[in-house]
Amino acid sequence: MSSFSLENKKDISIVLCGAAGQGIKTVEQFLTQVLFEEGYNVAATKEYMSRVRGGTNSTEIRVSSTRVSAFVDRIDIFIPLNKTAIARQRRRISEDTIIIGEPEFIENELDIEKYKIIEIPWTKIAEEIGNRLYSNVIAAGVIAGLFNINKELGKDFLRKRFATKGEQVIQNNFNAFMKGIQIADEIIEEKGLKISLEKTKITNDSQMNKEIIYNGAEMIGLGAIAGGCNFICSYPMSPSTSVLIFLANHSDDFAILVEQAEDEIAAINASIGASYAGARAFVTTSGGGFALMGEGLSLSGIIEAPIVIHIAQRPGPATGLPTRTEQGDLELALYSGHGDFPRILFAPGTLEDAFYISQQAFNLADKFQTPVIILTDQFFMDLYYNFPNLDISNIKIENNVIETNKSYQRYKLTENGISPRGIPGYGKGLVRADSDEHDEDGFITEDLDLTRIQMVEKRFKKLEEIKKNVIAPELVGKEDFETLVIGWGSTYTAIKEAIEELQNKKIAFLHFKQLYPLHPKTTEYLEKAKNRIIIENNATSQFGKLIRLTTGIDIEHKILKFNGMPFSVEELVEKIRKIVEA
Amino acid sequence: MTDNIFDMGDIDISWCPGCGDYSILKTLKDALVELDIKPEHLVMVSGIGQAAKMPQYLKCNYFNGLHGRSLPAAWAIKSTNPELVVIAESGDGCTYGEGGNHLIHTIRRNPNITNFVHNNMIYGLTKGQASPTSQMGMKTAVQVDGVILNPFNPLSFAIGLDASFVARTFAGDQKHMKGIMKKAITHKGYALVDILQPCVSFNKINTYKWFSDRVYYLESSHDPTNQLEALKRASETDKFPLGIFYIKEKPTFEENHDIYQKSKEPLYKRKRDLKKIKEKFL
Repeated sequence: MSSFSLENKKDISIVLCGAAGQGIKTVEQFLTQVLFEEGYNVAATKEYMSRVRGGTNSTEIRVSSTRVSAFVDRIDIFIPLNKTAIARQRRRISEDTIIIGEPEFIENELDIEKYKIIEIPWTKIAEEIGNRLYSNVIAAGVIAGLFNINKELGKDFLRKRFATKGEQVIQNNFNAFMKGIQIADEIIEEKGLKISLEKTKITNDSQMNKEIIYNGAEMIGLGAIAGGCNFICSYPMSPSTSVLIFLANHSDDFAILVEQAEDEIAAINASIGASYAGARAFVTTSGGGFALMGEGLSLSGIIEAPIVIHIAQRPGPATGLPTRTEQGDLELALYSGHGDFPRILFAPGTLEDAFYISQQAFNLADKFQTPVIILTDQFFMDLYYNFPNLDISNIKIENNVIETNKSYQRYKLTENGISPRGIPGYGKGLVRADSDEHDEDGFITEDLDLTRIQMVEKRFKKLEEIKKNVIAPELVGKEDFETLVIGWGSTYTAIKEAIEELQNKKIAFLHFKQLYPLHPKTTEYLEKAKNRIIIENNATSQFGKLIRLTTGIDIEHKILKFNGMPFSVEELVEKIRKIVEA
Repeated sequence: MTDNIFDMGDIDISWCPGCGDYSILKTLKDALVELDIKPEHLVMVSGIGQAAKMPQYLKCNYFNGLHGRSLPAAWAIKSTNPELVVIAESGDGCTYGEGGNHLIHTIRRNPNITNFVHNNMIYGLTKGQASPTSQMGMKTAVQVDGVILNPFNPLSFAIGLDASFVARTFAGDQKHMKGIMKKAITHKGYALVDILQPCVSFNKINTYKWFSDRVYYLESSHDPTNQLEALKRASETDKFPLGIFYIKEKPTFEENHDIYQKSKEPLYKRKRDLKKIKEKFL
């Protein structure tokens, strides 16, 4: 057995694993918050089973001297919280992994001579404090102690967290936390478990003090608030519901009408109705729910009602893997809705992207009077890390609603296809929206040779306008690349870190935040590359197919993953290296 | 009636000659004028079907959406701008069939909107298939051996769900229809009016005569606040009582919703304070 020291690490990955309902989330929130406040960079991801109690779920917390935001396979410190934890994460546990936990959760699973094991009977210790429930806080205390956290930060967190539970509960949590710190001191003393990660000294004007820490769901929701969203009607569906919850929790502060619909069909139709009446409307759903919204999407296309739709993807088909991650709904989002009409499709890669894209989505929907879809996934919804504070000084809520006059025509033909948007009750005009093909006034028409053609062309003129403002793909690496790695949406952080780790100047990464319409420079980038690799969290390279359709270029190398888990940095390093070296 | 402000003048109407829809249209326009509603304050919301073409023939704002989906759009329009008068109007197939789930939950929500349902017991626009209210035994091109499903009873359904206002009228009796329409529109809360209406082209069973022989008025002694009594009267199927079956005064969706507690302003008039985002989150 080698040393327990983690002294040479710049980046430590801690994994907590236990049953649903065991309180892993509390430990995760505690650790990320206090480690961040202490001056470390943190990133957390989680994977969980589709059940309310039991099962085996895990949270990974990376603590680092530099910014981190991706999922890694490697586990430096593993905390098993139930009997199945080790078996479930067995593949990721190496001889370098330090396992801290209850003897009975470890001894039956591993040859204790071969692994770095620190046995602590937390349950017994917790019972001495008052209740076995405190074992999580002891574990949190141990980790906090190993990182030499200012104890007051931990106490502040606990005091706030349990404020409503009474003084006795707070005191018991303090005791549990301090017990954890004491155990950590013993571990450091006896096992030589040293951690010497560099941290930033937190002062009032230090950069770190200005950083913020939020997850993907919060950034999509906050972006919506900054985009002027004032109406959300949705039906709960994992993993999209956290956005609905976020907006519901802030609905009072920002005057947002939140309503849970009876089904997704009601959700989209209500949102489009609200949009017609002047709301900035939003729906959040996942693939199955969005499938039900297909006809509504098409309605938004023909009546030209602005709508923003967030799809947090999970693996299908049908119910699939409800709590897992996948990028399998790109084609659904792209082709959903019968008939031809323009749309805009985004997929943020970073938490900052999520905010700015979500914000912008509302302005674009309003301007072009067309559906705007934002694709994220379970991994992205639950991912959080610290990042520089957002600059919102240049953000504007662009509102294109006009006061109508008597001669108002909802679908007036214009140069760029965009008709001035009136809403009922604001002005002297009448606002007629019709899902049938209609004339400039909004009346049903069967004038096939003129009006129908004009209206289809009008709607597609808007697409030409939309194409003038596509977000360019981001190139990570140098322009003189030989190998171009292509990705979209939530794989950004893992691919970026993998590319950096490869340290090969001839490899660059092209990341797409806007999937449709595709940026005109796409072809140029692809043609420059000698070697092209596309990385997607789905089975058929859906984005690769879109690229081929648009550019005619068939990307020869594909790294695809569809087991419900996100890409890890290590597997991407290995797979990209293999292709490049071949 | 050219002086009616809702009149569209000389327009091409796609209903069959003799259709009950004409009488409903005329009566609705008269009712709206008598209630002094302005066209620019009225939004007619409809789904798809012959009845759902109604908004095209009135001078007003309208949202002619998807089949079965008039109610989600209607409550959302009303709650986005409570200053508007919102009427959802569609047929029995659209409202009771395709949109059944929305009917349940709109009754539960109780938005301050009015819902006129043309009930001709047949699918007209798709040329004569059974509707949710078709009588047992009716033969159609699809139900070749006759309808074997029990007809849906919208009134007992709505009363059972404690809907705020439940009434029935008949397209063959404009005077009664106008009275009911006016009460439904002015009622605060969700008001369902089932309008019996013959389909002269496809329903050869439930004709004007068939309806005329079976309709009668609820007695003036009927107490519309008595839910059990209302249910009892709604469950009559050999004859069709007309009138207001049930009224339950209760707060509306807009009145109950948080969004209108601090301010009554429609959403489009409100401004988002971006500084607040900075204060709270950044």
